[in-house]
Amino acid sequence: MSELLVVGISDYKFSRNPNVLVTYALGSCIGICLYDKQMKIGGLSHIMLPESSMFSKNEINRMKFADTAIVDLIQEMRRYGANVSKLTAKIAGGAQMFEVQQGSAIGTIGDRNIKSVKSVLQSLRIPLLAEDTGLNYGRTVYFDLETGIMKVQSLSRNVKEF
Amino acid sequence: MLKNYDELNDIHIDVLREIGNIGAGNAASALATILDERVDISLPRVRITDFDTAINALGGAETMTVGVLVNFSGEANGMIMFLLNMEDAKNIMDILVGDTEDDDNLLSELKLSAIKEIGNILGSSYINSISTLTGLVINISIPYIAIDMAGALMSVPIIEFGSVGDKVMFIEESFSAEENHLKSNIIMFAEIETLKIIMERLGLDI
Repeated sequence: MSELLVVGISDYKFSRNPNVLVTYALGSCIGICLYDKQMKIGGLSHIMLPESSMFSKNEINRMKFADTAIVDLIQEMRRYGANVSKLTAKIAGGAQMFEVQQGSAIGTIGDRNIKSVKSVLQSLRIPLLAEDTGLNYGRTVYFDLETGIMKVQSLSRNVKEF
Repeated sequence: MLKNYDELNDIHIDVLREIGNIGAGNAASALATILDERVDISLPRVRITDFDTAINALGGAETMTVGVLVNFSGEANGMIMFLLNMEDAKNIMDILVGDTEDDDNLLSELKLSAIKEIGNILGSSYINSISTLTGLVINISIPYIAIDMAGALMSVPIIEFGSVGDKVMFIEESFSAEENHLKSNIIMFAEIETLKIIMERLGLDI
């Protein structure tokens, strides 16, 4: 029996096959799927903001930020038995939900999240296999730990598999 | 010294509820004028919740929702969102511009801009009443519209006001126009600093 594990906003979870991880209604936030194909262990992180550095250390929820959440999730996956050097990534989200005026901070948060996630993955040498990012619509992400497939569901659009 | 939303006490919450009452009351009369019918307003709810609860607050994270966002800034900083489901959005437009053919899920440009304008009027009425009450100078942005999952729309103010701490605060009211069975919600998010200033202006010792 496969179990559906729900990942909240500024939260992450990890598990193994045949379970499925899901996170609902990503707007400018990003869902990061990390997978060890051999062990069939995967993790899904739902980050809200690009960087923790602008906040003081003892005040932050590390699962909220791209830079801290990805590193912590990998640590936990390693303890769970994943081979960190074999991890690959797929990401979705980072939309701009409202077409706001140029130069407004809310208008750029999606883009800044995408950039930050990519640079963290790159610095950890985790290959990014697929992405469904940007544009202006919300996404729900299902991550199947049997196959490693990331399924992206949006309203009034076809389901996409990566 | 208030730093996080979860430090708001019962007295603060009472004051915020009253602000919501006045703001949304003003917005409701504007809506009543637009629709030319009576609009009832719920009791204001001051919600201090974790992010997941906020995402799910308005009928489920994945529910298709029409949202109009108005930003306010100046001596007070925050956002007002006017939210309604597709069905109600279509009904309002049928009342205002007549019954026309639409694609299944999409509203025509004309109808979209009409809904955007309603959101704008409601947001302005809300903010004007706070401004009158407190004497604060508050500017509001043009309105922005999106039709998408409720959770994805809600994530915009959550990201904006949830950067510190693990809770957000919003004041929520629902409007109902019985005659046409219309329901909608108005919610107000504000920076913690703004809440402090408003409460101080109203004579509270923060």
